[in-house]
Amino acid sequence: MGEHNIRNFTINFGPQHPAAHGVLRLVLELDGEVVERVDPHIGLLHRGTEKLIEYKTYVQANPYFDRLDYVAPMNQEHAYCLAIEKLLGIQVPRRAQLIRVLFSEIGRLLSHLLNVTTQAMDVGALTPPLWGFEEREKLMIFYERISGSRMHANYFRPGGVNMDIQPELIDDIEAFCDPFLQVLDDLDTLVIGNRIFKQRNVDIGTITLDDCFRWGFSGPIVRSCGVAWDLRKSQPYECYEEMEFDIPVGKNGDNYDRQVIRMEEMRQSVRIMRQCLDKLRAPDGQGPVTTLDGKVAPPSRKDMKRSMEALIHHFKLYTEGFHVPAGEVYACVEAPKGEFGVYLVSDGTNKPYRCKIRAPGFAHLQGMDFMCRGHMLADVAGVLGSIDIVFGEVDR
Amino acid sequence: MSAELQALSDHIASSLGAAVVDRAIAFDELTIVVRREDIVPVVTFLRDDSQCRFVCFIDICGADYPAREERFDVVYHFLAPHHNRRIRVKVMTDEATPVPSLVGLFPAANWYEREAYDLYGILFSGHPDLRRILTDYGFEGHPLRKDFPMTGYVEVRYDDGQGRVVYEPVKLSQEFRNFDFLSPWEGTDYVLPGDEKAKA
Repeated sequence: MGEHNIRNFTINFGPQHPAAHGVLRLVLELDGEVVERVDPHIGLLHRGTEKLIEYKTYVQANPYFDRLDYVAPMNQEHAYCLAIEKLLGIQVPRRAQLIRVLFSEIGRLLSHLLNVTTQAMDVGALTPPLWGFEEREKLMIFYERISGSRMHANYFRPGGVNMDIQPELIDDIEAFCDPFLQVLDDLDTLVIGNRIFKQRNVDIGTITLDDCFRWGFSGPIVRSCGVAWDLRKSQPYECYEEMEFDIPVGKNGDNYDRQVIRMEEMRQSVRIMRQCLDKLRAPDGQGPVTTLDGKVAPPSRKDMKRSMEALIHHFKLYTEGFHVPAGEVYACVEAPKGEFGVYLVSDGTNKPYRCKIRAPGFAHLQGMDFMCRGHMLADVAGVLGSIDIVFGEVDR
Repeated sequence: MSAELQALSDHIASSLGAAVVDRAIAFDELTIVVRREDIVPVVTFLRDDSQCRFVCFIDICGADYPAREERFDVVYHFLAPHHNRRIRVKVMTDEATPVPSLVGLFPAANWYEREAYDLYGILFSGHPDLRRILTDYGFEGHPLRKDFPMTGYVEVRYDDGQGRVVYEPVKLSQEFRNFDFLSPWEGTDYVLPGDEKAKA
């Protein structure tokens, strides 16, 4: 066979593949078993979220954010609410801030549990996801108890949260913390200490810090390169400033470091949750859970029975919605997967003029090509798992 | 915070000269509007200048203002992790004029520019692979433009006889209801149908 006959082999990975973490189609160009080029085809889950948001009032658009990264729904709502609050210039009461932080950290646990354990599944183990999902189930029950929904919570609202947290739920979340740390230790020995897991992940998908910034990476991927960049510390929002927690960083920037960081972040999340619970019980943690600005937050049910004004406000808020002063803001949170940002443009009416969702997964998936080049075909699934992709937010 | 941003804004404006058309600080965020043809040198400066160091790519997106002569905004967001600052850079363009691509500076710009092209039809010159990214293979139109109807033009269904998915014009069993709740009493300057007769 002449040399001109030798050409690379192209295979199609997905759109339906258990290791694709959703509907991803990868066109892989292979030289033998070595990956030469990765061309991800995304958009199979595109729902036109940004277009839909332009046609909804500010409050009506909130549930779309649950459906982006559906593994950690409230973190997305958080960014959107922060953007609106920035435009409106309203303060969130302290108790609402504590509840928001508490449930953002629960969201982080939900996301990291799924990611670390399915990463183990991608490289060949079945037990870890079962262990992880058991804990996720408990956390989703907390979601259900606070918002009425296991996943699509629609709980954070502009100006605060939808409902106050019950003392029983505070107790139950506290009771969850200690056994959960034990489960984390078990998972640590089962997954992180596992020889096969190490063989499949150490020194795979290695990146440098410069590459991280050039490719727009964020979250655990940046931290795996050894820099303690965490928006909760560096650009604190809500009451993260008063929380004590550490930022785990890696050394090598490989798949393994990213998963070890995620494991440690879960422990830190539990630490933050504990502090939130204590502060929610303390006297200065009591009070309203939503802003007292009646032009933004709806009146209480009780007031509506007695006050005509409250009833009118309720009607106006749920039909017309509130008006947001014209302007543009970018608000971001440290979502479990990285920096989740919302660029919101308001033209002074009751609907967003433009709402761009900056999802961390979009930037991370784009880096697949450069991270996988020169790796073996089997490592593609490992790299894909370690960058933590959820298609709800990539395709929007 | 805003004094620091003001100093940065002045520094950028004095260093870049005529390339900066407009600059503003609002909500503790710095926005600069630059000339379209200067976007690559401007972003290079922002990345390499020691007082700026906006080395971290965040976002590129489009925005549509159909009433303007140059209807599109291309909005860039960057982050300076060393100084812990953010910046927003905007350029304006229309349907036909391409914006110089940033792929040479930030490889991450690749997909974001493809997205802006896909959703708004904004063209980027020097982009290696300006394909659609989010919409369907063979999709026509640019869905995030304000003149694109929210319900779209085509719908798909699986046709059992032909054994494949077929595209058909959208048939709505109920007209799309875009409720307009803007209050005539407060808020925006809102023109009720018929009001113009009173003035005439």
